[in-house]
Amino acid sequence: MPSGLVRVLTVFTISILWPILWIGSGSPSAFALEVQEHQLANGMKVLLVESPKAPVVTVQIWYKVGSRNEVMGRAGLSHMLEHMMFKGTPKHAQGEFSRLIKKNGGNDNAFTSQDFTAYFENLAADKVELALELEADRLRGLLLDDKEFQLEREVVKEERRLRSEDDPQSYLAEALFAQAFQMHPYHWPIIGWFPDLNAMTRADLKRHYDTYYVPNNATLIVVGDIKAARLLPAIKRFFEAIPKRPLPPQHVTPEPEQKGERRIVVKRDAQLPSVMIGYRTPNYSSDDAYALTILESILSHGKTSRLYRSLVYEQKLALAVGAEYSLLQTDPDLFYCFAAVAPGQATEQVERAVYAEIQKLQQEAPSEQELQRAKNQVEAAYIFGQDSNFRQAMLMGQAETTGAGWKQVEQFVKKLRDVKADDVKRVAQKYLVEDGRTVGILIPTPPQTETTAAEAR
Amino acid sequence: MRPAGREARGERQVGGVLFLIISLLFAAPLHAADITPHRFVTPNGLTVLVVEQHALPIVQIQALVKTGSAQDPPEKAGLANLTAGLLDEGTTTRNATQLAEQIEFVGGTLETKTTHDFTTASTRVLAKDTDLGFELLADILLHPSFPEPELQRVKTLILGEIIAQKDDPGAVAGKAFSQLVFNGHPYSWPVNGTDDTLPAISRADVQAFHAREYLPNRTILAVVGDITVEQARALADKHFGSWQKGPEPARTAASPAAIDKPVVKLIDKELTQTTLILGHVGISRANPDFYAVTVMNYILGAGGFSSRLMDSIRDKQGLAYGVMSQFEPRAASGPFLVSLQTRNATANQALTGVLKELHAMKAAPVSAKELSEAKSYLMGSFPMRFDTTHKLAEVLCQVEFYGLGLDYFAQYPSWIGKVTADDVLRVAKQYLHPDRYALVAVGKMGEAKLKQP
Repeated sequence: MPSGLVRVLTVFTISILWPILWIGSGSPSAFALEVQEHQLANGMKVLLVESPKAPVVTVQIWYKVGSRNEVMGRAGLSHMLEHMMFKGTPKHAQGEFSRLIKKNGGNDNAFTSQDFTAYFENLAADKVELALELEADRLRGLLLDDKEFQLEREVVKEERRLRSEDDPQSYLAEALFAQAFQMHPYHWPIIGWFPDLNAMTRADLKRHYDTYYVPNNATLIVVGDIKAARLLPAIKRFFEAIPKRPLPPQHVTPEPEQKGERRIVVKRDAQLPSVMIGYRTPNYSSDDAYALTILESILSHGKTSRLYRSLVYEQKLALAVGAEYSLLQTDPDLFYCFAAVAPGQATEQVERAVYAEIQKLQQEAPSEQELQRAKNQVEAAYIFGQDSNFRQAMLMGQAETTGAGWKQVEQFVKKLRDVKADDVKRVAQKYLVEDGRTVGILIPTPPQTETTAAEAR
Repeated sequence: MRPAGREARGERQVGGVLFLIISLLFAAPLHAADITPHRFVTPNGLTVLVVEQHALPIVQIQALVKTGSAQDPPEKAGLANLTAGLLDEGTTTRNATQLAEQIEFVGGTLETKTTHDFTTASTRVLAKDTDLGFELLADILLHPSFPEPELQRVKTLILGEIIAQKDDPGAVAGKAFSQLVFNGHPYSWPVNGTDDTLPAISRADVQAFHAREYLPNRTILAVVGDITVEQARALADKHFGSWQKGPEPARTAASPAAIDKPVVKLIDKELTQTTLILGHVGISRANPDFYAVTVMNYILGAGGFSSRLMDSIRDKQGLAYGVMSQFEPRAASGPFLVSLQTRNATANQALTGVLKELHAMKAAPVSAKELSEAKSYLMGSFPMRFDTTHKLAEVLCQVEFYGLGLDYFAQYPSWIGKVTADDVLRVAKQYLHPDRYALVAVGKMGEAKLKQP
């Protein structure tokens, strides 16, 4: 593949990374992880993995709060709070967290999703207590300084401009999810809408922090060159004094059944059209999730995949194609396909070509060779994923905070191996249906070429 | 990709206080001292580097061929990239589909990539498929057939991708910046070519380029993972032994010329943000000041939240989500640049802030605290740069390509450790030029109203 396609592929095939992430651990094979689980007196869950292959460690703390825990009018609150978590406590001033980690040769960051917010430090194993101390400190004593908040709000708005407003494909995807989910909070983007970001107050952040940043809503994960028996007392010392608090009941409005296809058209400045098609699908709690995962692989992984063969290689309708499905979601989400339309090609034709590939899988089960290839890819990805402590910890955190539980991960791998060709056909028939789909079309308006306003030499 | 949401499941989550650096963070590093590559040169001139890592049944093989877009004829820019892109689209014994089927069936990967100075082809397989990995990698490097239909198809794909890149303000700005800074030098054209140059490339051009540039004596092979040195030697011999040595292709080693006064290019696009790139010619990788420049640049703008630019532009003024400075050392002098995105209306304020920090680096020594924190980060985090088999294979190839020496892994911390505050000031004065730079702005120029220098 020519290197220059990377940008297009980055936009459209983030999903490729996903199976690697979650398959990355928990195999029944010789490489199974030995996870030690503990529950602190205050309800905080602790997962420890001794991985002595290198003298390093990843520390991650996962909170069960994401954009699905927000309310209409405050979209983006969880993500804004994530930014504020770096803005200081009585003990550590603004910016100190990252500075301390960096000067100790480590890296830190955080991420927010629909279902969770997580913080991490990757550093030398002998510095593990520094990360624990900092995480314990901000779990209880965040300042939430209003002046810092006013500045950070502007930073987050710049982040929104960068990721969503000025990126046509992202913009389309936001519109598609807002259309596919009308009642459930997957309706709004994690980063939030501008009016909500503008309306947010310190009081909103404080309430969110006080409600969800409690030890009994958190999972601490440490993977690396540690001795669990020696680390646990340190963890207790830092975290156990933080009192547990009652958690609010989860009132997340379920999305009712979709009755008929929905379509959304976005017209905006862009070079080329795009097509995105989302189907409502179940999460890990359904046994169909495994066949759907294999289906995703057959449709979109690699140059042998159905969508690439048909749309990119043979018909030359698209520059890049993909599909994405993730079973580790707290609530049922979308299985979606996307295509970057090739110059001169029509979106209608691209859309029809995607449906044609889906239809083939609904009419005829994949060959044994194709099924085996998908499984082999999963098996290999699982072992490749072990290369990184970070990914292993991330997989456990995701399984834990979406409700599946880290112990289920091992079952996922086994169940994927058990998927039959007919199962793939059956789930294609059951879920990839016209009445349950939402179609998003990006139409460039008007075809613009960049203009040079001025040049001075 | 779902704009925020979807990314949250990949490695680039939404939010992250700074997503740009996440890719650096996947940990599992080894001690610097633990990396002791085994190096040998085969009779046909292929340099092989092997690091045994037996913790997991994975083998990563990367070939680096010493040719890149800097070897493109200007009127055929994109030739090196197109040649590399066609390697896995058909060989004398396997067509594109067969190649894809063989590697994907075992869950492996086979990839090629071209940069300005070199081209890499790499494969990652489970240890049980090591022989297949070597076989396919050798096949695409030694025996590509460049079928005409694949050539036309891939050319069309790249032309489409060039159009699609116009939706990426960073890519638009980056291309314009390279043109301004490297005016006329081979670093001035995009690696993937342009819509003018690509159509001019014929199958004969590609074949000739491959025949001239793809030689074992111009190639480095890095092998990392669950394999022994003896196995690697035998497999290199079995699959690469028939590769014919050839004459070293001629190289004209012109150094990019410095800019003598500020040059500006403003590109008007319907965007909410203005992307700014400001910079000039930097240093080559062989420059002995590389380590002092690395420390200086960390303090200036490569150190994330510990850097002056991030502190000023983001934390104190709330002007941008990300701002960074980078030196990209290449075989010849590569670029130095500062990049950021800010809403159109604040473009001038951000630009002023950047120039102020560049001047400040040259005006006074960095504080002892800044120096020691930069050095402790660079030394302490060094092992994370090669913490996966994939990254290590890549670093090994570059260590060999730039002639850094096999003691690089052991020596890097001491080379950083030696840098003093005086060194930092000296290299800031020598290599930062806030009075003669190239500036590119991409955004709504009517709102940005950028002041000309």
